[in-house]
Amino acid sequence: MTARTFLGYRRENGRAGVRNHVVILPLDDLSNAACEKVANNIDGCLALPHHYGRLQFGEDLELHFRTLIGTGCNPNVAAVVVIGIEPGWTGRVVEGIRKSGKPVAGFAIEGAGEIKTVAEASRQAMSFVQQASEKQREPCPLNELWISTKCGESDTTSGLGANPTVGNFIDKLDAVGATTCFGETSELTGAELVCAERAADAQTKAKFLRTWKAYMDEVIEPHKTSDLSESQPTKGNIAGGLTTIEEKAFGNLQKIGKKARFIDVLKPAEAPGKGPGLYFMDSSSAAAECVTLQAAAGFAVHLFPTGQGNIIGNPIEPVIKLTANPKTAREMPEHIDLDVSGILRGEMNFDQAGDRLLDITIRTCNGRLTAAEALKHREFVMTKLYRSA
Amino acid sequence: MQPPHFIVHDKADTVGVIVVEGVKHGASLDGWIMETNERISVASRDDIPLGHKIALRDIRSGETILKYGCDIGKAIADIALGGHVHVQNVKTKRW
Repeated sequence: MTARTFLGYRRENGRAGVRNHVVILPLDDLSNAACEKVANNIDGCLALPHHYGRLQFGEDLELHFRTLIGTGCNPNVAAVVVIGIEPGWTGRVVEGIRKSGKPVAGFAIEGAGEIKTVAEASRQAMSFVQQASEKQREPCPLNELWISTKCGESDTTSGLGANPTVGNFIDKLDAVGATTCFGETSELTGAELVCAERAADAQTKAKFLRTWKAYMDEVIEPHKTSDLSESQPTKGNIAGGLTTIEEKAFGNLQKIGKKARFIDVLKPAEAPGKGPGLYFMDSSSAAAECVTLQAAAGFAVHLFPTGQGNIIGNPIEPVIKLTANPKTAREMPEHIDLDVSGILRGEMNFDQAGDRLLDITIRTCNGRLTAAEALKHREFVMTKLYRSA
Repeated sequence: MQPPHFIVHDKADTVGVIVVEGVKHGASLDGWIMETNERISVASRDDIPLGHKIALRDIRSGETILKYGCDIGKAIADIALGGHVHVQNVKTKRW
């Protein structure tokens, strides 16, 4: 397996990407319209509209910048045009992305108006798209792949089949030195002590338990109005047979396999800093928020097991969906990249399912569009920590 | 192997997961314990949908439910062997 390669785009900072997007990135909600106009003018551009970026402060503002800059730095992105209402924060995003070495330019609307800004940004975007279109894929070793995972609309078949398939894959990729990431802080509740035992050392274990407890103390306890039994598990989880958060958490944890140990705990959207290995990211369990944060941390391809059929995609990180639920595979085939329901019939073991997932992942990295990409699912959702000033 | 009607993660578990559609009250069900590769059989006491759980023994109100060999909550009503185990008779110990 160490000899396996994927066809990636080599970026200026040495990272290997699997897509070649030119992103038109709004600093703030006010600049979405201009970004969408530019993407409409120039073929091959991808606008990433979102809802925030005004009057944020403190850790919430830092997370906003980290998410935008990280998204721009992701190796699946060839070049970035940033548009903001004013030049100060726009410049901060541009300078952050520039550190990756990739082409980036910023435009501010105040003092120019939207029409002139769109005209200038469109000329820049056109130049970036033409440069990016000449970029060729080249063989890259598998250990250069950064893979994130998060499950959604889980049911009991997730814990029986789809999640252990991802776990088998993670164990195999960890063994060859790839960089991988799981998250979903709230959704480890009930299994947090078992998860903590999977930390590589005592310091990482303590950091994980501190992170989990902070979420419980700072978010759940002050804000809960019920026992959360209709939010975690979700209505979809319950329809699929999951009864409690504990049951959901043990199923969730199957995604990190049996051997891999996590070497650090990342803040939301924080890039891994300790080299190859498995990382835990403090993140929401809502699919689009979590995948957006993982993409902003630099992950290039995402594995998404589902039970009842979550249909999520991400604009810059391909999301590969798998299910072990035979009903979901039959009723929602256009959303499923890999059907592992054979596990439930005893036709396929986890090792075989993990190998099939590896095959579809390499094909996806080489350019095959995922179900979510073909269906134009581009959920880009910023995580907000608290109300703006 | 013959496809099972339900799967049990761990030998110690008190519930199994129905993995076929259309299980009716009174059906004789064949189960597969993944951990030990053993087969067991249980008669269903309810109609149980795909993905929902079946009790592998009589469970009294207040008892801990075991799945993955771990504590996934507590029974809030008595559940008979072969009964449907879900939100109507099991609750989280968290939140």
